Amino acid sequence: MPSLWIGLQIIRRRDWLIRFSCVLTAAAMLVCAVVAPSAFAQEKNPYAGDAKAAKLGEFQFRANCAFCHGLGARGGGRGPDLTRAQKRHGSSDSELFRTINDGVPGTAMPPNGATQQGVGMTEEEIWQVISYIRSVQVKAPAQPMGDASHGKQLFYGSAACSTCHMIQGKGGRLGPDLSTTGSARSTDYIVESMRNPSRRLAQGISEAMKEFSQEYETITVVTGDGQKFMGVVLNEDHFTVQMMDTRENLHLFEKDKLRSLEKSRESLMPAYDPKSLSDKDLQDIVAYLLLVGAQ
Amino acid sequence: MKNASMPHESKSRLLATLGMAVLSSLPIAIAALSFLAPPSSAQVTAQRLLDAGKEPQNWLMYSGDYAGRRYSTLEQINSENAASLAPKWAYQTMGGGKFETTPLVVDGILYGTGQDDRVFALDARSGRPIWQYQRALPGDIRPCCGRVNRGLAILGDKVFLGTLDAHVMALDAKTGNVAWDVTAVDYRGGYSITLAPLVIKNLVIIGVSGGEYGIRGFIDAYDAATGERKWRFYTVPGPGEPGHETWEGDSWEIGGAPAWITGTYDPVTNTTYWTTGNPSPSNRGEGRAGDNLYSNSLLALEPETGKLKWYFQFSKHDEHDYDATQVPVLVEQGNKHLILQANRNGFFYVIDRVNGKLINANAYAKVTWSDSKDASGTPIARKDASPTPEGNRVCPGAAGATNWMSPTYDPQTKLFYVTAREQCDIFSTAPQPYEAGHAYYGSAYFPNDDAAPFTGALRAIEPSTGKIKWEWKHPSPTWSGVLSTAGGLVFSGDAEGNFIALDAASGKALWHFQCGASVYASPMTFAVDGKQYVAVAAGSALFTFALP
Ligand code: HEC
Ligand code: HEC
Repeated sequence: MPSLWIGLQIIRRRDWLIRFSCVLTAAAMLVCAVVAPSAFAQEKNPYAGDAKAAKLGEFQFRANCAFCHGLGARGGGRGPDLTRAQKRHGSSDSELFRTINDGVPGTAMPPNGATQQGVGMTEEEIWQVISYIRSVQVKAPAQPMGDASHGKQLFYGSAACSTCHMIQGKGGRLGPDLSTTGSARSTDYIVESMRNPSRRLAQGISEAMKEFSQEYETITVVTGDGQKFMGVVLNEDHFTVQMMDTRENLHLFEKDKLRSLEKSRESLMPAYDPKSLSDKDLQDIVAYLLLVGAQ
Repeated sequence: MKNASMPHESKSRLLATLGMAVLSSLPIAIAALSFLAPPSSAQVTAQRLLDAGKEPQNWLMYSGDYAGRRYSTLEQINSENAASLAPKWAYQTMGGGKFETTPLVVDGILYGTGQDDRVFALDARSGRPIWQYQRALPGDIRPCCGRVNRGLAILGDKVFLGTLDAHVMALDAKTGNVAWDVTAVDYRGGYSITLAPLVIKNLVIIGVSGGEYGIRGFIDAYDAATGERKWRFYTVPGPGEPGHETWEGDSWEIGGAPAWITGTYDPVTNTTYWTTGNPSPSNRGEGRAGDNLYSNSLLALEPETGKLKWYFQFSKHDEHDYDATQVPVLVEQGNKHLILQANRNGFFYVIDRVNGKLINANAYAKVTWSDSKDASGTPIARKDASPTPEGNRVCPGAAGATNWMSPTYDPQTKLFYVTAREQCDIFSTAPQPYEAGHAYYGSAYFPNDDAAPFTGALRAIEPSTGKIKWEWKHPSPTWSGVLSTAGGLVFSGDAEGNFIALDAASGKALWHFQCGASVYASPMTFAVDGKQYVAVAAGSALFTFALP
């Protein structure tokens, strides 16, 4: 029975967490077995501090992870900066192992062996990658020494970020929720997002099987009856487009029923130049984003 | 948990199986009882495979026919009525990851494969299972690129399967019981099998995957009745064999050149055509100086012996993972016998299949790795296109201008339709030591920072000129293959989940259905009880569509 087999597979994946597992057999009996701890169930990296292992891990990283996390693990267009000591999904060896082996469900972070890019890794190779990540980890995070509480005031006040962005449930919906941006993105990326938002557009929805996630492109449509809407693309396929207009109304349009549809890669977010937002204020906002991201 | 025992082959049989067994032993009863049970599965003879075109209601092999055209003469669904297509049934595998199967249909029974080497036989009218099988795979397989399988082959009363742990198997088509199971090679060396085998006469011909692990590729033939191996053709020649000199030192031992897409067959000249993938490591040429035969090649083999008649190498000494593993399509043009291939490297090749000589090669997608051709007209790589430690932007990217998804050739429009991917990548090197069964690419690649997102298109190519007659733009690169039919239709899917019927002549969309997940498969068509269906896998479901 296929279902039985699937059950066992899932258990294998998580067996360092669940040390015993119960299986419903074909005979409808509940069988519980104690799972012997294996190398898989280790808490600590057997290669901790091993420079040679870190080098091997770097090759693995380039082949399997750099596609999203960038060369040097400093973050790419698709995956967060991994050089920060503080990790959202846990910073210990065993937590890193779990993140890398299981992926992060509901995000682009794939389980081991399920990437489009690269091949699966052995347990040993995962530990080597962890050694590599440790070796590039920045000791004193190169965080700007900004004033996070002033940053928060700006965010919700004069800089008006919150008209378009939400943090922990408070704020607007036109732009992406920034609650986790501080941990998912490198500081350089965040600074660039403010100074030059059109350079790289934020990623939106990323469907399970789709290779490329939706981006926050700017869209202007004129409907058959002459109504005009401007906003961001939330989800688009060949035939339809789902968008949010600048008043936060959600629309679904069939493209062939529209009078016109124009898309642009010019962000709807205003570019904050040093005149409208000083370097100091910008640092304060970054400090605020990093602070909430770490929570 | 590594040592915990896994359940062995698992299989569920429904009552329908019983019905079938009884019916097939009592042929007279069939007509009377046909409302109770699916139509009986008649023996598929080698002759029926040769004449596959004469029974368009069935889909007897991966590409539909030996020519690999993925074209059907069924025309009940046509450009006049396609707009009223509606879903008929869906079958859920409940497997995770990509679902790449092209099912077979034989006399009302549909045979497909799913993730993790699932196999299923369904009543093709309802999608209700007759039997299901799933291989108990070892816990330590690590197939590159997904735990996928693309389909089966059939002969007599057996269906044939290649597995992720590099076994070749025959299952009883009536019950799903294992008829034979042989090890092609030890999977721990990085080998796996994902393609649908090709049956020629009494032989099951199959190749291996593993170009990411430094394997030595091969194509095998097994006796369909017993599973006994009849021959093996190593796609990387050993010492003393012609072509061996195209490898530096011992690099041939781990030279790659996997054969992971189903071949085609020309019965007139009794030649089977197979294609091969990248040399290993895929993105670093250092240490394997030379052309690296027969990587990224088209091979013309004698089916009884595996003897090589000729070869044509598309990308010599490849450093961009430009596998040539796209179905080589056999087409007649006047008195010319051709092979058409839209290659992963971005060129569309027309080759004389009698002698293997190139007739022409034209780009059908954006190409930067080559800007010149040799005396024979074969595109050759630019010196500065090699991956570098810092990274070098090259088009097409690592997934190619197309990939394993099937193209189609429509003899009515005389057009070749292919899914093209417009994606460039930054290729960088990462010198990686070889260790058996471990990843061995020598590289990394990243999507480059182009301002515009990557796109794709379904392109209709005129083979005689290489010109693109029309294109259907995809919002992002897709992995769906293409089917053409005598109804004047072309079917394909996209990464956004749409399955689309287009007018084969104009490229205009006539109908579409949102499947809810990307299409990672090549569609096919069949008919039961006079009703035509079109089938495609998307997400974890196999969908079928028909007229209301
Ligand atoms: C397809 C893109 C992609 C690939 C490939 C990928 N990742 Fe990720 N990874 C992500 C994304 C996106 C996240 C952020 C998930 C989230 O929103 O929390 C992430 C998160 C992580 C995290 C957690 C960071 C934290 O702060 O907790 C780690 C660790 C990680 N990845 C390591 C790896 C390693 C190691 C590899 C290669 C084996 C890899 N990733 C491959 C996209 C990817
Ligand atoms: C008028 C609405 C608007 C305002 C005001 C605004 N943004 Fe944005 N922001 C957007 C939109 C839309 C995007 C997505 C497009 C893009 O990437 O530029 C975005 C993207 C971003 C991103 C990139 C997120 C990612 O994951 O890539 C960051 C960071 C960001 N904004 C921060 C800010 C900050 C900080 C402020 C205040 C100083 C601000 N924004 C003000 C609309 C706005």
